[in-house]
Amino acid sequence: MSYIIEKIVKKHNGELGGVIAILEEIQSQHSYLPESALKTVALETGRSLVEIYGVATFYKYFSLKPRGEHLISVCLGTACHVRQGSVIAKEFEDLLGIHAGETTLNKEFSLETVNCLGACARGPIVVVDGHYFSNVKKAQVSQIIKKAREGLDSTDVKEDQRIFAIKLRCPYCNHSLLDPNYLIDDNPTVRLTISFGRKHGWLRLSSLYGSYSIKSEYEIPIDTIVDFFCPHCHTELVGSSSCPTCNAPMVPMAIYGGGLIQICSRRGCKNHMMDLVNSICINCENRHTCKFIKPEGGVWYCEEYK
Amino acid sequence: MITVNINGLEVKVEKGTTLLEAARFLGFPIPTLCHMDGLHSYGACRLCVVEIGEGTKARLVSSCTYPAEEGLKVRTASRRVIRTRKMIIELLLASCPQSKTIQDIAAANEVKQQRFKQEYEDCILCGLCVRMCEEQMMAKAIGFRGRGEKRSIGTPFDVQAEVCRLCGGCMYVCPVCMLRCTYNEPEKAICGACTNLSPPCVDKEQYADMMCYMEPCVACEINKK
Repeated sequence: MSYIIEKIVKKHNGELGGVIAILEEIQSQHSYLPESALKTVALETGRSLVEIYGVATFYKYFSLKPRGEHLISVCLGTACHVRQGSVIAKEFEDLLGIHAGETTLNKEFSLETVNCLGACARGPIVVVDGHYFSNVKKAQVSQIIKKAREGLDSTDVKEDQRIFAIKLRCPYCNHSLLDPNYLIDDNPTVRLTISFGRKHGWLRLSSLYGSYSIKSEYEIPIDTIVDFFCPHCHTELVGSSSCPTCNAPMVPMAIYGGGLIQICSRRGCKNHMMDLVNSICINCENRHTCKFIKPEGGVWYCEEYK
Repeated sequence: MITVNINGLEVKVEKGTTLLEAARFLGFPIPTLCHMDGLHSYGACRLCVVEIGEGTKARLVSSCTYPAEEGLKVRTASRRVIRTRKMIIELLLASCPQSKTIQDIAAANEVKQQRFKQEYEDCILCGLCVRMCEEQMMAKAIGFRGRGEKRSIGTPFDVQAEVCRLCGGCMYVCPVCMLRCTYNEPEKAICGACTNLSPPCVDKEQYADMMCYMEPCVACEINKK
């Protein structure tokens, strides 16, 4: 763990007042600030431990205690307060059996009260794992907890209009990556071969754009960067760009009908990009007459030749 | 050199001199609590307020942190200053009535009562110990923690810091912490000067010539019983 923290500190090296940014990043990875992390930060930044500790305890955002799997924030700002926000908070306390600022014994839920979430018109507001619930009534509380248990990130694909299925193919050999025999979200999956560490196996992604459901032969630990391969031509799917948030390489896959989708190769990072462009040679109408045609296939843009 | 007018007297001071230093140079008394020569001015206690400017632009500033300006008119004992200072002393008495230092300041400034809810804190967050530890002892073992009403001074995680040499400097400068001897909980100790001796002072019969800055030493008093 200290190696990761050293890496985070090095990344922010030279930034004046970078302590908050460093602590933010550590917290986003560990969900809290372990004592050893603060010591490493103090050592690496050349500041005293008490200074780092002072910053960590000053801001309510930072937590020195391990948090539960789901974080529930109940707003008690002025607008939410007059709309019975405190009743909602009390209901959460009763149902979870903990006080605000505490974590349930099974480390499932952490409850905290916050002073404004910036959505006063829709109060009382409750935020669970980054998902906002507005105009919360007392009776809804148990349902919110139930939803959080089921996992708010597993999107309800049937209801959400923004989610649609896409057909993908290998950008190198053009074989379809869809596997109609294995379904996720009631749709054919995108089959890929992956390797990480010494493990080598299959990975199936939901073909619905906007769904993050995956199935894998092996459990992939969070934060692992995985190498992706086409199951047909066994070419490594690796693009020239890297993820803007976590710097891991992006994995390119071509879309039928033109375009390119890139997903981050880091487990847990949900970054992805979709380019619905026609400038990929393989989809280009002029590819037979183009003087720049690349015979070896793959994803090429006209700009790359200019 | 900068010319400042303090209570009608002109004084020439070097650039960067604070109003407190200039006033003391002329002999005007200004009470202070969180100020100590050799440590950075912090302006926490506000006891050293003086009035600057004239007419409607007159305002109160803490003289220990305010640098002298050319032509500045300063009043160290105007009615407004006295009234504010007495109020500050009342507030200090309301939180730490047991402090000898604060009692003396109250007596010297003719504060005879305090009208607030009585509390018995053992810290007024003046930051003297933090600055002592950092600037004179070069240790940075203690510091401010938390925010607002939860703000406190202590070591990270409430355990004795590795960089702490148990010098006792923080206890020495503290104006209120007569109650903060933590000998009974040595693992949380900030001072521990008495346990630092060999044999520890509590094992000796007399404590008059010990390193302890507490008079009387809490640990010794407990031991007597």
